Amino acid sequence: MASAPSKLYADDVSLLVVLLDANPFFWSASSLPFSKFISHVISFLNSVLLLNQLNQIVVIATGHNCCDYVYDSSSPASRSAGTGKLSALSVDLLEKLEEFVGRDEKLLKKEPEGSIASSLLSGSLSMALCYIQRVFRSGPRHPHPRILCLHGSQDGPEQYVAIMNAIFSAQRSMVPIDSCFIGAQNSAFLQQASYITGGVYLKPQLLEGTFQYLSTVFGTDLHSRGFLQLPKSVGVDFRASCFCHKKTIDMGYICSVCLSIFCKHHKKCSTCGSVFGQPHSEAASEPNKKRKAGDT
Amino acid sequence: MASAQVIKRAKYKTTVKDPGTAGVLKMAWDRFIFTPNHPNSASNLDVEFRFIKGHKNTKEGSNKPPWLNLTNDQGGSYIFEFESYPDLHTCRDFVGKSIGRSGETPTAASGKTDASLPDEQISTAELELRIKLLRENSELQKLHKQLVIGGILTEAEFWATRKKLLDRESSRKSKQRVGFKSAMISDIKPATDGRTNKVTFSLTPEVILQIFAEKPAVHAAFLKYVPNKMTEKDFWTKYFKAEYLHSTRNAVAAAAEAAEDEELAIFLRNDDILAKEARQKIRRVDPTVNMEADQGDDYMHLPDHGLFRDGGKDIIESQYELYRRTLAHDLNRHAAVVLEGRTVEVELEDTRTVAEALAKLKRVESANEDSDGTANQGILERIARITEIEDLQASHGPPLAPLCIKDPRDYFDSQQVIAVKAPAAEGKKCNLSSREAYGSLRDSISQTKQMGLLNPVVKTKDALQVFNALSHDISRTKYDVGKNPQDSVLDKLPSTTKEQLLHHWTSIQELLRHFWSSYPITSSYLYAKVNRLKDAMSQIYPQLEVCSLLIS
Repeated sequence: MASAPSKLYADDVSLLVVLLDANPFFWSASSLPFSKFISHVISFLNSVLLLNQLNQIVVIATGHNCCDYVYDSSSPASRSAGTGKLSALSVDLLEKLEEFVGRDEKLLKKEPEGSIASSLLSGSLSMALCYIQRVFRSGPRHPHPRILCLHGSQDGPEQYVAIMNAIFSAQRSMVPIDSCFIGAQNSAFLQQASYITGGVYLKPQLLEGTFQYLSTVFGTDLHSRGFLQLPKSVGVDFRASCFCHKKTIDMGYICSVCLSIFCKHHKKCSTCGSVFGQPHSEAASEPNKKRKAGDT
Repeated sequence: MASAQVIKRAKYKTTVKDPGTAGVLKMAWDRFIFTPNHPNSASNLDVEFRFIKGHKNTKEGSNKPPWLNLTNDQGGSYIFEFESYPDLHTCRDFVGKSIGRSGETPTAASGKTDASLPDEQISTAELELRIKLLRENSELQKLHKQLVIGGILTEAEFWATRKKLLDRESSRKSKQRVGFKSAMISDIKPATDGRTNKVTFSLTPEVILQIFAEKPAVHAAFLKYVPNKMTEKDFWTKYFKAEYLHSTRNAVAAAAEAAEDEELAIFLRNDDILAKEARQKIRRVDPTVNMEADQGDDYMHLPDHGLFRDGGKDIIESQYELYRRTLAHDLNRHAAVVLEGRTVEVELEDTRTVAEALAKLKRVESANEDSDGTANQGILERIARITEIEDLQASHGPPLAPLCIKDPRDYFDSQQVIAVKAPAAEGKKCNLSSREAYGSLRDSISQTKQMGLLNPVVKTKDALQVFNALSHDISRTKYDVGKNPQDSVLDKLPSTTKEQLLHHWTSIQELLRHFWSSYPITSSYLYAKVNRLKDAMSQIYPQLEVCSLLIS
């Protein structure tokens, strides 16, 4: 998919917005330790900055309770000196990340029940898109923006609506959302995001080689993607979650006015307030189809 | 044709070469009887129209005698030679009606018997259309062969759903429309007779059409004056007098004649109507100038670049300017008319019809142009857009992608992911409390700060493994089933397999259509048909399996 055409200095300058999953519940149970993972990621970010002098990187951490910017390569404040072992980028990023984790912990209200501890993907997607819009409005000369999600936590069905809204606005602004999913099962949200916006969805088989995956698949700018062949996903899980209980469903009821999805018959749509008519009794027998049961 | 009987003299021939036995052909609504003039002759015929499948006849314009050929359902034919074409036409119409009428009665009987299907009376024309369609479309032919010749469907059922195709074919048989000739036939050279000093111009309706198309003033004059003020002969005499004057290139003489005879003046002067049309066209010309220099702007290397001009220019006084005509003018006008490609679809029989047909065509065209005001609007918009200066514009908002409604079939294509669900590999449950979780995360971060990044970031063998796996995945067919709008799985297959698959697909669709249309099953004929279809469909699956073995 072509990125937003902009009059810029060269075609292959990219603005990469990385959404880094910093959900402690996921990382404590992950097979790949966070320290190794962050090394892979920082090396990858360094290499992207090396590809072109004008490339820019923004990193947003996705926590359990909040999201925040942890690194911006274009801001002049990020020029602290590196230590002997680490570059300036790494030092900055790691410090900010530590502060972020502290803030996130403070915001914790109650223990998450069950094994489902999702991170706030919708929040960080929205922040990324706002940053990109600001870049668009800064003038005709800007790099091509794209979003890379380094994510592992499971999908939170309660975020379905927000994530779909973010995905559609990304599609409209022609910003591709790539995803590198490090968790156990496939994430339906990220699959849909990459499918709809024209990005790449990848679930690495070998987690020790994450850096190789990142640099092979996600390192190229959008202009070069026109003539490169990148891995395509096998299929996309298009299931939605219902608006009332936030469960993932295959079959449900849809309001014909606002297209909100419900798993059971309701008298009234909770989103737009339209009153529904009587349900048809044979409606539920069709497999894999969502029927419209609402009328204004 | 209200008569229930037709009686005509005709000769009956068994073959085309047969000289034919003379006799009388009597046609009633259900049969025809031929009685030869010689009572001893053996060619007595008494045939019911039920057995006649189709009829053909020779065309009037061809040099052949008027023959009517009736084909019966056993493949034999009866050829009758009539005395004149009107006879032939009468008989032919009658035969057509009778065949159509007799074709209805057998269909009523099909409800009772299920073994015999309705004997379909199709005309030869339709049969020819079907054969032509089959010949042109090889896919249709294959389908036809498989289904009809394989005994699964009957001809009638096969073609019942394809009526639109047949209609389209028959309408396409209409004549090709002929445009104007490129030769300037309107520029008629007369035959001069030296002895009597007469000059003869010969006119054909085609030439007249071209004259009217190229000289709208002459056309208007014809419509106005003939036959009110002068006869057609006078009109053309005057016209050719003007032409003759022009050919002598004597502008002064032309002016003199024009002053005397006002009708002649119309032919001698330049065409007013043409001038008006030209002015309109000029108004529609794009005023913006493309300043980009290209090959055509290279005037330095043209042959007569420079100040000098060939000195052969005649000075003509202004009053004679009107009567001058140049060859370039004629050629340009002729070329413009030919390229416009207006066709007049009337038989060019006489001048009046030609003139009126052309007038009607022009009226239609001008009406179309008036109603097409949007073209003008488009031009204005384009001019406004080109003339804007970009530096002085305010910046537009960021570019946005247009709304894209996706094909609903994509939903089902991608459901295979759910169908082929891997055993639910549940992520490991987080057994730590929240404080421990956060603590461990913070520890990892500080550990990284202390230790620095991994060195090397990735082990060589891991990197190589990843790289190989990725390259392998990219080239495998299996992963193309995902969404790549450019490729499709079918394109990656060898072409014979692809054609086979598509053929299986179309035949299954056809069979399913017939299958579902047979429900509810009310007769045993339908029951037999449904069984046939079911068997055919079940045979296709093993063939598909064979195909899939070949691919993988």
